Amino acid sequence: MSKLKDLERLLAQGKITRRDFLAQASALGVIAGAPAIFSNQALAATPNKGGKFTAGIGHGSTTDSLDPGTYENDFMINSSFTRFNFLTEISNTGELAGELAESWEASADAKTWTIKLRQGVEFHNGKAMTADDVVASINHHRGEDSGSAAKPIVDPIEEIKADGNNVVVTLSGGNADFPYLMSDYHLPIMQAKDGGVDWESGIGTGPYAMQSYDPGVRMIFKRNANYFKPDRAHFDEVEMITIADVAARTNALATGEIHMMDRVDIKTMHLLERNKSVKIEETSGNGHYSIPMRTTLEPFTDNNIRLALKYALDREALLETILRGHGYIGNDHPIGKANRYFAADLPQKSYDPDKSKFYLKEAGLSELSVDLSAADAAFGGAVDAAVLFKEHAAKAGITINVVREPNDGYWSNVWNTDNRGWCMCYWGGRPTEDWMFSTAYASGAEWNDSSWEHEEFNKLLVAARAELDEAKRRDRYVEMQRLVSDEGGVMVPVFNNYIFATSDKVAHDEQMANNWSDDGHKWAERWWFA
Amino acid sequence: MVAQRLGLGLLTLFVVSLIIFLGVEALPGNAAEAILGQSATPETVAALERQMGLDLPPHERYVKWLGGIIKGDFGVSIANSRQISELIGVRLANTVFLALMAAIISIPLALVLGILAALHRNSLYDRAVNVVALSAVSFPEFFVAYILILFLAVTFGWFPSLANVGPETPFWDRVYRCFLPAMTLTLVVVAQMMRMTRAAIINLLASPYIEMANLKGLSRARVIVHHALPNAWAPIITVIVLNLAYLIVGVVVVEVVFVYPGLGQLIVDSVRTRDVPVVQACSLIFATTYVLLNLTADILSILTNPRLLHPR
Repeated sequence: MSKLKDLERLLAQGKITRRDFLAQASALGVIAGAPAIFSNQALAATPNKGGKFTAGIGHGSTTDSLDPGTYENDFMINSSFTRFNFLTEISNTGELAGELAESWEASADAKTWTIKLRQGVEFHNGKAMTADDVVASINHHRGEDSGSAAKPIVDPIEEIKADGNNVVVTLSGGNADFPYLMSDYHLPIMQAKDGGVDWESGIGTGPYAMQSYDPGVRMIFKRNANYFKPDRAHFDEVEMITIADVAARTNALATGEIHMMDRVDIKTMHLLERNKSVKIEETSGNGHYSIPMRTTLEPFTDNNIRLALKYALDREALLETILRGHGYIGNDHPIGKANRYFAADLPQKSYDPDKSKFYLKEAGLSELSVDLSAADAAFGGAVDAAVLFKEHAAKAGITINVVREPNDGYWSNVWNTDNRGWCMCYWGGRPTEDWMFSTAYASGAEWNDSSWEHEEFNKLLVAARAELDEAKRRDRYVEMQRLVSDEGGVMVPVFNNYIFATSDKVAHDEQMANNWSDDGHKWAERWWFA
Repeated sequence: MVAQRLGLGLLTLFVVSLIIFLGVEALPGNAAEAILGQSATPETVAALERQMGLDLPPHERYVKWLGGIIKGDFGVSIANSRQISELIGVRLANTVFLALMAAIISIPLALVLGILAALHRNSLYDRAVNVVALSAVSFPEFFVAYILILFLAVTFGWFPSLANVGPETPFWDRVYRCFLPAMTLTLVVVAQMMRMTRAAIINLLASPYIEMANLKGLSRARVIVHHALPNAWAPIITVIVLNLAYLIVGVVVVEVVFVYPGLGQLIVDSVRTRDVPVVQACSLIFATTYVLLNLTADILSILTNPRLLHPR
């Protein structure tokens, strides 16, 4: 551990950056409780305490449940990060940090993880947080009958048990990114109760305690006076209101009734910019629009056809028209600039009808006619994007028939089924490469929406997952991005920016998180009134 | 006669419940898929369906639910396992509050405007009030709402653009916050009531007994208020009650624009997530509202015109 002490000293003296510190510390296989080390620097900004913060959130429905296994919309995700803590968190600068976990250590094969818990953390009702609570909270998502959306994340856990102040997790295969997985918004730490967990009360250890909740209307929070992070949670009270209508949300921010709105309407953003009391915030994350082809269905079984289609789309035009420039071009793999091992040197695929025709010829065809299913349930403007694509592809001799699908049931009847060969899709992005790849590109994964089977890719995926050496991992992930881009079944034309807006009274750290929208959905913990 | 109407009303409610159930059944997808969204895999869907009892055949689910209703139990929401009566209670109170507030403003306004229009028939005032009222009702509700927000909330800042009320909001604060939605609804419903009042009264002005009153030398105002109006109540009441029913069941657009937590938003959310018990409970409440209000209209019409009790 003396190496770690040296690193801490270097960090305190400003000789290395936080990023270097974490990179080197994780290379050691240990990451100490980062907030305690960073607190001196954060205090320099001296955020103000107090005030009541009101947020207008575009999601939220009367049918929402407090059960974290069901969280799927931004209202519940925001509430999860406001009420709860997790074992780990992605910090506002994009690094992995311990939250309820103080440190962790992996066995050499990255199969067994020993997580040391932070001591003296209390739930909102005063009860001390223990290892049993952690075990129960993770087990809530496991098992045959679990309807939890986080089931795929916890499935590789073979055993999880409390060992005094530690939690020991045994995985079915090595995974160097396991601590990242524990920051997922579905996996908050709740109180153990009668063999399960108490999710009904909404009690957690987080920065704010829930005072009242009216599903689809509002949730009101009060500051957790015993919060363990000394430099976080600055507001006295927080109110989250569901404002589904984007015009109503914009009005509410313009008239000062709320201090923050999410999901700014790109079409009217230039008008909102004129309002001097409003700040528009934009972060580039990993969320991306994708167009998966079922590689098991004709004609997408032939990689030449897939390449022909990849070169038949004008990504620049899509970015300008659908996103009005608020995003960046994708390269047909799901790894974004916010990921650690983003392959910046990979040759960028661009609009090239001649190349497209060449690949069509390679496939033994002179022209091609394919159906593309689209609905705005995939992402706002998905149908327009499909029509745009149709125009671009026509120049390469490819006829795209845009099939308009109903929004209802889109995710179960259209996407990821063999009913349709090709459709529009959206991915929120994942903080780690392995998470993204094993969710949607690995052989046999539930959400492998292109039903892509690539032997070399799958081998690399398993090898990279258990690899603790940074440089080797990077090489492997770069190679995987190349494979997905050149041989995969998914087109990733653009990554969208997260755009939200705040009142000019709101202040935050210089850097905002880009793993999710709204400062990683941790605005309640991180922001303050200037 | 009242008993017969009640019986027919109950029958209507039964048919409504059946239609709603079949309608929701015909929609693609089910609650489990809607809850899981993109996370819906055959495995997770099947597990959630088992938990929620969705694997039973449709007729069994329907009978089970109807049995519960008769015992006064609306059941639990399948989406978030909360008691439906608890879910609906606050919302229904909010909806009724907004409807009453709009009614208290719009009904007297419509009656006075209508009577004055009949009194000064074909005058400049008559034309002006007709044009204004018809314009207001011709615009879509959200447009009226946005215009009001633009001027009264954004430009002048007199009223809040959000009707953000909770159970603990004090009464007058609630009235203040609900002012813009109530004004929107008023503008939307006033025209029909006003014009019916005017038409019903003018219709009677050609009757012999009105002529008699005129010949007696009574003032026009007295003729209209004391002689014509009592006989014109029946059609006016019918229109007022229909508009009341509309204020309760048809205001979802206004609720969305002003973010008002009423029943409309609840039913839209529930349809989206295939939360059949909640959809059916809301629909039944809406249907009951219509049936009860129509019954009230009939009874009030009979009270103001006893001749209706003895059809020739």
